[in-house]
Amino acid sequence: MDSESLLLSLELASGSGQGLSPDRRASLLTSLLLVKRDYRYERVLFWGRILGLVADYYIAQGLGEDQLGERKSLYSLNCMEWSLLPPATEEMAAQTAVVKGRFMGDPSHEYEHIEMQRMTEGDRTYEDEVVIQIKEESRLVSVIDQIDKAVAIIPRGALFKTPFGPVHVNRTFEGLTLADSKKLSSYFHFVEPVELKNKSLLEKADLDPSLDFMDSLEHDIPKGSWSIQMERGNALVVLRSLLWPGLTFYHAPRTKNHGYIYVGTGEKNIDLPFML
Amino acid sequence: MEVFASPKPEESQEEDKQEKQEEGGAREGWQPGEVAPPSSSQDPEPEVADSLKEERESAPEPLSRDGTPPQSPGSGERASGAPSADAAVSPAPSEPSSEGPQLRPGPQGLTSPITPEQDSHAISVAGEPHPSCSEQVPYEREATLHLTGSEESSSYLSQQPQHLPQDLNQNINPPEEQADADSFHHDESNSNSDLNQLELGLTQKGAPEPAAPSKLEIAAQNAKAYLLKKSSKSGLNLYDHFCEILTRILDQRPENVVDIIENISQDVKKAHFNKKLDTLQDEHEVPLAYELAEKQKALFLQGNLEGDQEQEDEIAETPFPNIMESAFYFEQAGVGLSTDETYRIFLALKQLTDTQPIHTCRFWGKILGLEMNYIVAEVEFREGEDEEEIEEEDNIEESEADEDEEDELPKSSYKSPQVIPKEENRTGANKYTYFVCNEPGRPWVRLPSVTPAQIVIARNIKKYFTGRLDAPIMSYPPFPGNESNYLRAQIARISAGTHISPLGFYHFGEEGEEEEEVEGGQDNYEKNPDFEGIQVTELVESLSNWVHHVQHILPQGRCNWFNPIQKNEVGEEEEEEEEVEDEEVEEKREESDNIEQETGPPLLTPISEDLEIQNIPPWTAQLSSNLIPQYAIAFLRSNLWLGAYVFSDGKKFENLYIGWGHKYSPDNYTPPLPPLVQPEYPRRIEIMEMDDPTVDEEQAFQVAQEKALFESEKIEETEEEDDDDEDEDD
Repeated sequence: MDSESLLLSLELASGSGQGLSPDRRASLLTSLLLVKRDYRYERVLFWGRILGLVADYYIAQGLGEDQLGERKSLYSLNCMEWSLLPPATEEMAAQTAVVKGRFMGDPSHEYEHIEMQRMTEGDRTYEDEVVIQIKEESRLVSVIDQIDKAVAIIPRGALFKTPFGPVHVNRTFEGLTLADSKKLSSYFHFVEPVELKNKSLLEKADLDPSLDFMDSLEHDIPKGSWSIQMERGNALVVLRSLLWPGLTFYHAPRTKNHGYIYVGTGEKNIDLPFML
Repeated sequence: MEVFASPKPEESQEEDKQEKQEEGGAREGWQPGEVAPPSSSQDPEPEVADSLKEERESAPEPLSRDGTPPQSPGSGERASGAPSADAAVSPAPSEPSSEGPQLRPGPQGLTSPITPEQDSHAISVAGEPHPSCSEQVPYEREATLHLTGSEESSSYLSQQPQHLPQDLNQNINPPEEQADADSFHHDESNSNSDLNQLELGLTQKGAPEPAAPSKLEIAAQNAKAYLLKKSSKSGLNLYDHFCEILTRILDQRPENVVDIIENISQDVKKAHFNKKLDTLQDEHEVPLAYELAEKQKALFLQGNLEGDQEQEDEIAETPFPNIMESAFYFEQAGVGLSTDETYRIFLALKQLTDTQPIHTCRFWGKILGLEMNYIVAEVEFREGEDEEEIEEEDNIEESEADEDEEDELPKSSYKSPQVIPKEENRTGANKYTYFVCNEPGRPWVRLPSVTPAQIVIARNIKKYFTGRLDAPIMSYPPFPGNESNYLRAQIARISAGTHISPLGFYHFGEEGEEEEEVEGGQDNYEKNPDFEGIQVTELVESLSNWVHHVQHILPQGRCNWFNPIQKNEVGEEEEEEEEVEDEEVEEKREESDNIEQETGPPLLTPISEDLEIQNIPPWTAQLSSNLIPQYAIAFLRSNLWLGAYVFSDGKKFENLYIGWGHKYSPDNYTPPLPPLVQPEYPRRIEIMEMDDPTVDEEQAFQVAQEKALFESEKIEETEEEDDDDEDEDD
């Protein structure tokens, strides 16, 4: 959610029961403004909160001119002092994938993972247990990256692609119509498209290159990993991800208001196929 | 532009004549060889006038006449480009360059072979745009406004005053503009150069024509005509489209229009498509919203109606707590619904207590579903006023009976494990009754009471709620009941696991002890009047200051253990499979005849004794604010049931659950395996397949048999001998 409209956004996304306490809200309003200035971001998003056992991580993201350009994530434990997170790498994702369980809330905490490795010493090979230390910070980075890639979404038309490539916020976006807002095809993943390139020409025929330049949620796997609900008597549409429980997207049809917030444990719901 | 454009049409006629004469003189002066053109051009003048009228009647549209729009601009320009009109009004020479005169002879040379007939015809063509021109003055202005370059206009403006004295300039003028025009209608003029040449000649002759409009005007007009051309695909034309865009921009006045012009253009186009659909879409959607608003309106009105008479009574005993207050505390901790929604729930609860004989009522929480959510109210009926429940029970029993009858036909030998009876209302897992509704204002629905079997199965499955109470639960192991039963079972489990209160807030009532001792585990507690509160910091630091005030549910699915053997003496010793309770107790029962009694932790056990979930502490305690700890409240979050929260400010406390209704587990869910396939018949030795004997075995067998045979023969012989002996004896 946009840091500038934080209060309204929190109000709209409150249906999932996750909000921010007044002191957190107030400190975010202050500190994110400073973050925007200091890091020279065009736009600062309040991304959400990862619940730890001891403390919670508050995550913000800074965007540059190009909305789909590199996103820089910052975290804070007290909503005031922000630290920049390193960019996510594939190596990091592979390494942290072995970690199970909850976040602690301490970035320097190290998870221990025991791995069997084949050692060769001269002629004989033997297996040995190797303890790998994984820092919570790198787990945090890769989880944020995974969530962004999987479930960060925006309504269709909120961004547009200029002929030169960069993606900008569409100032004339006036919200989805009521009928459109109930369809998954009206929402896009807020990341560089992956599936779009694999589409056939026939499928692409109806797409508007300046608007439909991202993957829509329609073909997300597994099917049914989103719950769409109309709240407040059709005045608000809320999408909740079942794959990453805790992610709530809200959009008030026919208005510009939209955004998403993640408040959860930072764990993927791998049981989803059993639960539908 | 308007400055000069406006007087043009009116003046042009008169001025034309004057100009013409001057023109003629000037031309004669400069190019004596070309005397003929001016004189000949004066001849057709009446014709022109006639033709003008004709044109008006026959072809009001400038372009349609010869059907070649691109052509007319060329001819029109040249006609209008004739010095007469120009000098009077507009396109005064931009530069009195010396090249003009040199350029001029070229075209003129070409014109010479033109015959008078052609001439007159050409003039009529040339004159043709004029009438329309005067008719469409407003459009013209608009068009010129938009289409002509700004530099052009400024130059015209500045040079206009000079044009009369500078007769010479007029000679320069036409070629100049011709070049202009050529560039403007580049392709047209290139494509038919023959025509051009013809027209060039005509231009000269048509030049003095009185009614010729300004060149610019016609250029603009032609441009407009081009813009008005409808697209063969969409039927739209660019001109109207621009108009709409401009209207919209000027109406809305967005910042930095130039950056978003593409979008505006797109939106304007889209609007054409939306119109038709709008009626259909809205017609369908709106009633839902209205319907809900109508229902919620009732919530707000109900207070007014009853307010006056019953207010005193209500204040005396309110069966429901102040939700707004607890919502405020939860907000301090960063959870909870929006104020607006909470208030609606508040009203809905009031409605519930008004319509039902309810003793106490509490907002239990909200369970998220795929299609709709559940708002759950926990209520306790007044003594002896919950007859509905009994009816329901009867129904259930009936249905069970039906099933039994159906089962008679195949006559299965399978004996189902003994059904553990469900707990009575007001005891154990059925201590409270729960009402749910999807949205405040919608009707409250009472959930059926929970049976042990449902709790046991609910522990083994993990399903999302849909939001429809009658939705079936498709799961393995099969769940006995539909979503309302599953919801009720989960509510019971969540309550048992997460409802906690500060130590000392409740204490055991004296009556309770006496009554419940037999069943093991006291069921009753009451508010401790002597409770003095616990320091908030202590509540956060030590979990032993918190106790469970809802009974633990045993693996059996009941809070109070039920001994299945009591009634069914010997016969039914089939043990139901042991459900391992991973919460607080792990009971092991021997699979022998004497079933060990399941016991859970007694009521009001501190939560510090809760089991860890694979090294994850079951509760996370925090102060609501570190900035002003003096006024902060203690806030606990369950890590076992994500979404369960408790706050306490030392004296008050409240539990709340908002979530999906699933228990947390760091491991992934594994559905239990189906039981082993039952044997069709008893496996005994006679039906077992044997291995074929090997040759050696066969031979050994043969040898053995022969041996046996031999021995038996021997025996026979001896017997015979014996017989003989006997015989002998005999």
